[in-house]
Amino acid sequence: MKSKIALAFRNCKKEKRPALITYTVAGDNTKNNSLKILNAISKHADILELGFPHNTPIADGGQIQGSSYRALNNGIKLKDVFQIVKKFKKNNPNKPIILMGYFNLIYQNGENNFLKSCKLSGVDGLIIVDLPYPENKNFANKCKKKSISFIQLLSPTTSKERMRKIIKDSHEMIYYISMLSTTGGKLKVSPKKILQNYNTIKRINPQKNLVIGFGITEKTISSLKSANGLVVGSMLCKIITKSLKMRQNPVTKLAKVVYNLKNKIL
Amino acid sequence: MKLKIRKNLALIDQHDKNFMYGGRFGGNFIPETLKKPVDDLTKLFTKLRKDKKFLKERDNYFKTYVGTPTPFIKLDNLTDHLGGAQIYAKVVSEANGGAHKIYNATVHCLIAKKAKKKYIVGDTGAGYAGKMLSMAAKKFGLKCKIFMGAKDIKRQRPNVEAIKKNGAEIVSVTTGSQTLVDAVSECMRYWVSNCDTTHMCVGSTVGPNIFIKICAWSTAQISRELFSQVEEEFGKIPRRLKLINCVGGGSSAAGFWNEFMNTNAEFIGVEAGGPKNSKLHAAPLTNGSKIGILHGAAQYVIQDKEGQIGSTESISAGLDYPGISPLHCFLKDAKRARYTSANDEEALSAYKLVSRLENISPSLEPSHAFAEAIKLAPKLDSSEVIIVNSCGDSIKDKDIIKKKLGSYTR
Repeated sequence: MKSKIALAFRNCKKEKRPALITYTVAGDNTKNNSLKILNAISKHADILELGFPHNTPIADGGQIQGSSYRALNNGIKLKDVFQIVKKFKKNNPNKPIILMGYFNLIYQNGENNFLKSCKLSGVDGLIIVDLPYPENKNFANKCKKKSISFIQLLSPTTSKERMRKIIKDSHEMIYYISMLSTTGGKLKVSPKKILQNYNTIKRINPQKNLVIGFGITEKTISSLKSANGLVVGSMLCKIITKSLKMRQNPVTKLAKVVYNLKNKIL
Repeated sequence: MKLKIRKNLALIDQHDKNFMYGGRFGGNFIPETLKKPVDDLTKLFTKLRKDKKFLKERDNYFKTYVGTPTPFIKLDNLTDHLGGAQIYAKVVSEANGGAHKIYNATVHCLIAKKAKKKYIVGDTGAGYAGKMLSMAAKKFGLKCKIFMGAKDIKRQRPNVEAIKKNGAEIVSVTTGSQTLVDAVSECMRYWVSNCDTTHMCVGSTVGPNIFIKICAWSTAQISRELFSQVEEEFGKIPRRLKLINCVGGGSSAAGFWNEFMNTNAEFIGVEAGGPKNSKLHAAPLTNGSKIGILHGAAQYVIQDKEGQIGSTESISAGLDYPGISPLHCFLKDAKRARYTSANDEEALSAYKLVSRLENISPSLEPSHAFAEAIKLAPKLDSSEVIIVNSCGDSIKDKDIIKKKLGSYTR
């Protein structure tokens, strides 16, 4: 049986467009609102990444740090994150959800325990920012046994030889980091150059679904639409920050923005 | 399970193929983007530490620039006052700049030059790591940026001024607790974005494995000197010898103990216990914190059940860090070193006593180590020798000391 993530990519390929992948932080700005946000944007997004916040992130830029801070200030715990996923999945059983975060939370929770909660709540995939290859082999295998996709990351600094090894051990989705940056940096590399790297990776194994993330906004998304998938994260976190500042409803605001993003890649 | 230290292998090399010490501490829990820069640096350092020319260059800078050896002196008045063990100090604060941070900073600049990097960045808590890096960067013609918590910028003003005077840019870190832990995070984030042009210097024996190695390898100079100074003083290494050092990240202690690893010397690490009446502290080893991942390495770290890094508090900015070097976690579980803590008040009175009786003026970090020495010495007889690493100069703490004790004289 194909995974929900694989099915999402297949549907997008049929429609000849990239998958739109969003990233928001669980509990931002409240537990309820982050669930509402997922429900609202899932109409336009193909895969939803949900961050489980950590207070010492070493790879996140200001926007996601801000969202994480808000969520942690609201007392968000791992069990709340799983509850949000579970509630979301009740109404949207086929929409893939990927949890993203740092390894210490999994380490403290216990790998097996964490994966059990993932399974029970309906999590489809995991991105662990600070658990690189090959250190992640063991955990990635555990994920596979539970039919949870472990998503490997590649970056512009990854050598070709290393890429081959990572891709060989990867599951159905791979995440290419567009540039040397924390999340949410300004796109400092031309889309043409990013796509060149993208194609190099694609040639190693054309079967794998390869998505691009970091620095993607309304302005840049259409120039990268030949990819299998595009991740928008910090821009969404920024909009939540902005709408809170202006006392607007972040849910409706975000739904509109994601709708616009989708239109740019059709 | 007690961990084993392998004989004839340097402490920094006691890790497995995943760079873990004792199978549980250290490693490289880093984003993919940093894998290559960390690998490159690892390869370069592996080569350089075997390169005779490089070693000669290092020794030459240590001699002419850092100023080696730093004095090893007997604290006669303190010994008489306490009436027990003989107390000595290794006055590392006499090194250029006023603290042990100069060793790591100098070596990192040398490596950055070999790596043909033009920019260097570093974190700092007490400001000494930042001051030294800015000093060394200036000497070696590197452009330098220092990340420092906003709270520390306020409380360690003299070092902030020194950093600026050396022409480095100070980035005030306003996230989280605005102390060392946030400065290290921000510095690492900066490196993620700029690792192609910029060399990163982690200010202590923390972070991804290579930074632990470079730092401890650099500070090992302290015990190389001390070993021969002790032999000269006593004719041999005394049978009952205690080496007492403060530990925050753990860089000075690692360097202070390194050459004595295969002797009978007892190692005592003193963590920051925080204010007497506060639940907060910066002493993960003393207080039984669990293993967690902080700044790319597994270590005992102050954290909550979920794995969120916990708040810390200490009068000493240099020790105010929730984690501790994987090397010290390893030494603790191998039972080679023991760890305890001194609170803010004990450190302050130790500072007061030592600077009143002796011609040295330890900063608040080594004052924690002196506090332990003051506790221990009267219980021991005069055949026992205690050596305290006086690894920093109090001048940076003049504002705090003035506020707490009413006056500061140097």
